[in-house]
Amino acid sequence: MKQIVDFKLVGKQDFGRSALLRLHAECALPDMAPGQFVQVRVDGSPSTYLRRPISIHDVDFQNHEITLLVQQIGEGTRHLASAETGDIINVVLPLGNGFSMPEKGERCLLVGGGIGIAPLFYFAKVLNEKGIRPTLLLGGKTESDLLRLADYQKLGETFVTTEDGSLGEKGFVTMHSVWQKQSFDKIYVCGPKPMMKAVAKLASEKSVWCEVSLENLMACGLGACLCCVEDTVDGHVCVCKEGPVFNTRRLKW
Amino acid sequence: MTIDLGRGLVLRNPVMTASGTFGYGEEYTDFVDLAQLGGIIVKGTTLHPREGNPYPRMAETPSGMLNCVGLQNKGVQYFIDTIYPRIKDFDTNVLLNLSGSCLEDYVKGAEMVDALDKIPAIELNVSCPNVKQGGMAFGVTTTGISQVVSEVRKVYHKHLMVKLSPNVTNIAEIALAAEADGADSVSLINTLMGMAIDAEQRKPKLSVITGGLSGACVKPVALRMVWQVAKAVKIPVVGLGGISNAIDAVEFMLAGASAIEIGTANFIDPAVSAKVVWGINEYCERHGFAQVAELTGALL
Repeated sequence: MKQIVDFKLVGKQDFGRSALLRLHAECALPDMAPGQFVQVRVDGSPSTYLRRPISIHDVDFQNHEITLLVQQIGEGTRHLASAETGDIINVVLPLGNGFSMPEKGERCLLVGGGIGIAPLFYFAKVLNEKGIRPTLLLGGKTESDLLRLADYQKLGETFVTTEDGSLGEKGFVTMHSVWQKQSFDKIYVCGPKPMMKAVAKLASEKSVWCEVSLENLMACGLGACLCCVEDTVDGHVCVCKEGPVFNTRRLKW
Repeated sequence: MTIDLGRGLVLRNPVMTASGTFGYGEEYTDFVDLAQLGGIIVKGTTLHPREGNPYPRMAETPSGMLNCVGLQNKGVQYFIDTIYPRIKDFDTNVLLNLSGSCLEDYVKGAEMVDALDKIPAIELNVSCPNVKQGGMAFGVTTTGISQVVSEVRKVYHKHLMVKLSPNVTNIAEIALAAEADGADSVSLINTLMGMAIDAEQRKPKLSVITGGLSGACVKPVALRMVWQVAKAVKIPVVGLGGISNAIDAVEFMLAGASAIEIGTANFIDPAVSAKVVWGINEYCERHGFAQVAELTGALL
């Protein structure tokens, strides 16, 4: 069941352009699947009217906490990233549908680009809890884009690319040598659209099942306003309600 | 708190949710007990299915947003077959917002909806700014509105609410024409035509360049138009445009609205509609109004 919850910011870690926000609720949290997202109200920013959709980076059900990794893209996220410990942050959650859970024994590759690595943390954690150790392929423009790398590495074998070569292999995630060396049963992708399209193409060439997480501009997050549509084989569908995770076979890419 | 809008449309209270901002009600049941609302107006429906406009369809603006959804819907028959059975037993008034691209489509759609027992009213959308033939052609001239309202009136026997466009020179004239040709009430305002540009990219932010502006920023314009129309017509006026809380709602009623609709605010607080119901009650108690209907036109 979806809820509107007032969280208190109880922990914050700054990473330059991004911030890790640890939010605590008084009440128990509803079930949340990896890949689902939340809508955060941005208070005190006159130019920000609508909520901001943010992926769920991590959840601690026992302590009623969620963690969001927020990159400063515009005024709303800039304001959100500047929140201070003790601030109340109003969140609607959980929204959309998460990643499809793989079967035990399936080899999973989680591909993240830029801030798109955020939801893959919670996903990789849940996979580990289910006895599935994923492989992670994370890409960024430069070394500092690869936030919390050491924490990701604990959740599975992790490969890295950077466009400037400052860390890992130089280039885009689709150019990494892991594609030649290993094969996978399922590929999950979150990142900028051109990057997701490139990975989806690669997966399709290899005839590998692939899911991507989209982040189209949206207003309501509930499937009411019909603003965030993606063109699919079933026509225009709302990313917020029918996604944000889609099997690439459904998309007209 | 009962509000009687005429021809069988009786609301439990003056608060409804605006078409296109509340889905079919189902999207909001986790947040709002629909039985607390006067009514819900389900999304704009046309006789034939429409894919709507391409993405991107939305741009945030200061205290508001632009949209150019373009009446995406699966058509009246799909509504009747698939949606109606799911929502007909909601414990609130379910109104259908009906749009069209030609006169025949309006008439045929209204005829089909007339047969649905649990839909007590149509909100006739003659004011969608986002499609070339989204009905706005009908809604911006007195002859256009007379034509569509009189033809629909012939086949539709329940409450006919006509939703007016603010993109006109004299909205009271349009309202009077709707009244003269058989509208039971008018609702206003639909969105204001607007535009947003991404200066860095030197491109429009919306796929079809222009869109409809809604949200808190339009409230003063909407309030003024509700006041003008309420002075001009005798039929009930339903006010909407930027209502975000109970005091906003009260302002519309003081200006002459008999009921109100909450639109874009549902996106920011999915529970806002029920809060507005509570807040109007609280206002009435605080100001000694025994009936909420007494607020209508009570501007000093």
